[in-house]
Amino acid sequence: MIEAENVHYSYPSKVEALKGVSITIKDGEFVAIMGQNGAGKSTFVKHFNGLLKPTVGSVKIDGVETTKSSVAALARNVGFVFQNPDHQLFSETVEEEIAFALKNFGLEPEIIEKRIDWALNLLSLTQYRKTSPFLLSGGERKRVALASVLAWDPKTLILDEPTIGQDHEQKEKLRQFIMQLQTQKKTVVIVTHDVEFVAECNPRVVLMKEGKIVADGEGKEILTDPATLELSSIVLPQIAQVFAKLSDLGLPKDIIDIYEAKAILLKEAWRRGK
Amino acid sequence: MSVFDGLKFRKVISPIHNLDPRMKFIYVIAIFVAAIVFFQIIPLLFLFVMQIPFVLLARVQKQWLRSLRGAAFLAVVIFSVNIATTFFTKGYTLPPEDIERAVSMTLRFVVLVESFSVFFLTTSPDHLGLALENSRVPYEFAFAFTTAVRFVPVLAEEAQTIMDAQKARGLELEKGGLLKRIRNYIPVLIPLIVSAIRRSLELAEAMESRAWGATKKRSNLYALKLHRGDYGLLAIIVGILAVTVYIYFFVPIPTIVSLL
Amino acid sequence: MGTKVAIIETKNLTYTYPGASKPSIDDVSIKIEKGEFVLITGPSGCGKTTLCRTFNGLVPHFYQGELKGEITVAGLNTLDRHTYEMAKHVGLVFQNPENQLFALSIEKDVAFGLENNGVDRAEMRKKVDWALNQTGIYDIRERSPHEISGGQQQRVAIASVLAMEPEIIVLDEPTSFLDPLSAQKIFEVIYKLNKEQGITVILVEHRLDLTAKYTNHLIVMDQGRVRFEGDPREVLSNEETRLIGVGIPKATLLYELLKKEGLGLSSKIPLCSEELADQLLEALQK
Repeated sequence: MIEAENVHYSYPSKVEALKGVSITIKDGEFVAIMGQNGAGKSTFVKHFNGLLKPTVGSVKIDGVETTKSSVAALARNVGFVFQNPDHQLFSETVEEEIAFALKNFGLEPEIIEKRIDWALNLLSLTQYRKTSPFLLSGGERKRVALASVLAWDPKTLILDEPTIGQDHEQKEKLRQFIMQLQTQKKTVVIVTHDVEFVAECNPRVVLMKEGKIVADGEGKEILTDPATLELSSIVLPQIAQVFAKLSDLGLPKDIIDIYEAKAILLKEAWRRGK
Repeated sequence: MSVFDGLKFRKVISPIHNLDPRMKFIYVIAIFVAAIVFFQIIPLLFLFVMQIPFVLLARVQKQWLRSLRGAAFLAVVIFSVNIATTFFTKGYTLPPEDIERAVSMTLRFVVLVESFSVFFLTTSPDHLGLALENSRVPYEFAFAFTTAVRFVPVLAEEAQTIMDAQKARGLELEKGGLLKRIRNYIPVLIPLIVSAIRRSLELAEAMESRAWGATKKRSNLYALKLHRGDYGLLAIIVGILAVTVYIYFFVPIPTIVSLL
Repeated sequence: MGTKVAIIETKNLTYTYPGASKPSIDDVSIKIEKGEFVLITGPSGCGKTTLCRTFNGLVPHFYQGELKGEITVAGLNTLDRHTYEMAKHVGLVFQNPENQLFALSIEKDVAFGLENNGVDRAEMRKKVDWALNQTGIYDIRERSPHEISGGQQQRVAIASVLAMEPEIIVLDEPTSFLDPLSAQKIFEVIYKLNKEQGITVILVEHRLDLTAKYTNHLIVMDQGRVRFEGDPREVLSNEETRLIGVGIPKATLLYELLKKEGLGLSSKIPLCSEELADQLLEALQK
């Protein structure tokens, strides 16, 4: 469980990035933290594994204050996948790359072997086991980075802007993968400004603006409220845009799923005798 | 490190900051020449004190003093080495003239560091780059310089991100003996280097796409013009060099020892 | 849109990077008319990035390797010309905003291309100011590239290419790193340049929901080849396009779903939410 209370954070340059944010994320939740670039999303999320410690306020992971723990210790339970996989990859083979964290955590060699097999399989990378990560494509490198974090099976997974530079197919696979993690009762936190992706997943959405949380609730409600979104400079998902323009017809406005949209529109058409 | 504070540009509106960087550089060279020419304490002391009005006018006293502190360590080293050399070569004695000589060597070093410090404190990288571009230095060098300066903050941020990413995979940078600690930096260095290479490639593409190499005679959006203050500085430079030459040839400078 | 003059024409264009096992673009034959706003899309690795680089000669001059087939850009054969010559006709804006800006101030960056061409100061100043105004960044011209947002950085990149007054501007996934709002601003800027200055625009993008509405010439690539080309309304409603892995705008998908169920919508396939909403209002309120 992640508990942040009244977190303030100022950079060494004295810029205050977080101005009193509080949040509770229970085990197994799926949360999307959204907001404009510079709203403080990444800064906030870096408190969850102790990379940053609050200048005021507290962050507790499973009841333990992050100030009382090292990043390595917190990382055991909170895996963090950074936006650019090239900021992580350095090994000669994919296998070694995945083994890196496992060795850091002092796992037994037999267990490390098993975990590597498992991670490679999970992300369809088995054929690249002995390949150099630098020779793989962008999408494949992203999977290697993800595999290297999942390998130690953390309870919580944080993904920082996982959809940047991904094409439609890759985003769809990512979405399905997150769903899979959810069935395994993992807590997943994604930092993103990709509204369509979040609309597809429909998680709990936390909106940030200028270091504060301005909205926290069901994705469907937040992503379809034009006032809230304008406040944090996010665009409405396309389906919601359509329904926003159909307000004259008295249709509900909180629609983000395409099939729900179809059902409602067909019902309305039938109702009107079309 | 505090000594580096004395070399980092500090943005202030001052007459010194507005001076043409080329002129300032020639001034530093003039001081350099004068400091090399004299090995007596009196002229060197004078050269040192000469910097102070510039420092005050430029309002960079705090940083300048910091670089003095940083230079102090090396100054002590220079002094000790000189004393030791004298001591051992002159049969375990320390003639006063040689002590004085050691002091002036140290003072010479301090003068050099301080004049460069004033230069860097009052000249922004933009200005420096512009000076390089407007001088006879081939454009490639000026470009390399400005690009490097431009990317320093970017690289610094990236290094931090990479360290964070690896720390989040259990890497502990502070633990272990010296050898282990050096090895621990490999997962930070390699991504940094790979990223730098990738960045250079992208930069090269962008440069090519914007007509890099189209002509040998590049023009420049900005021009460096000399103003009144620059001519004033030029006068001071000429003065320093003239006085230096005159004193060197015609005026015997007493040593402190002889005065005592 | 535009006259029937082809400003870019390729015939059987094939290119393999040195050391690669198969070509990145394979037998590509396209024709782009002057003044068009062209959208190129396709899954990762389809060759769209490589194709962009053939337009100004980076392929093959910068990357070496052999470029087979014919290509004519603004009347010039890129194989015979230096990239710096092509730069006067084709501007290329890249994906990563940070790695395209190398000067210490924005206006110096915008002037870079003109400086390289030895343009005299007075004229350069005029062109730089014009480009800065066209992209809405005149007020921040003295700032350093590191201080500004990604969206502003991309506008600087566009301005620096625009300053050389090219006939064609190619943008390779320019909004990958930007949030949707900043991305929209970029698209508006380039759409304006296309409409008002008559500059031929070639945009490579994944976000069709934001960009499909600007074009009437969509090129879909897959594995180095051009699979579909034409009016986006036709291309995007084609089942096969979806199968390649192209992200069809939700509005278009919803339209297809409703049409299949017999809802009386017009035959004009919508590319954005406004178009679909208008059609729905008409169909439901008749």
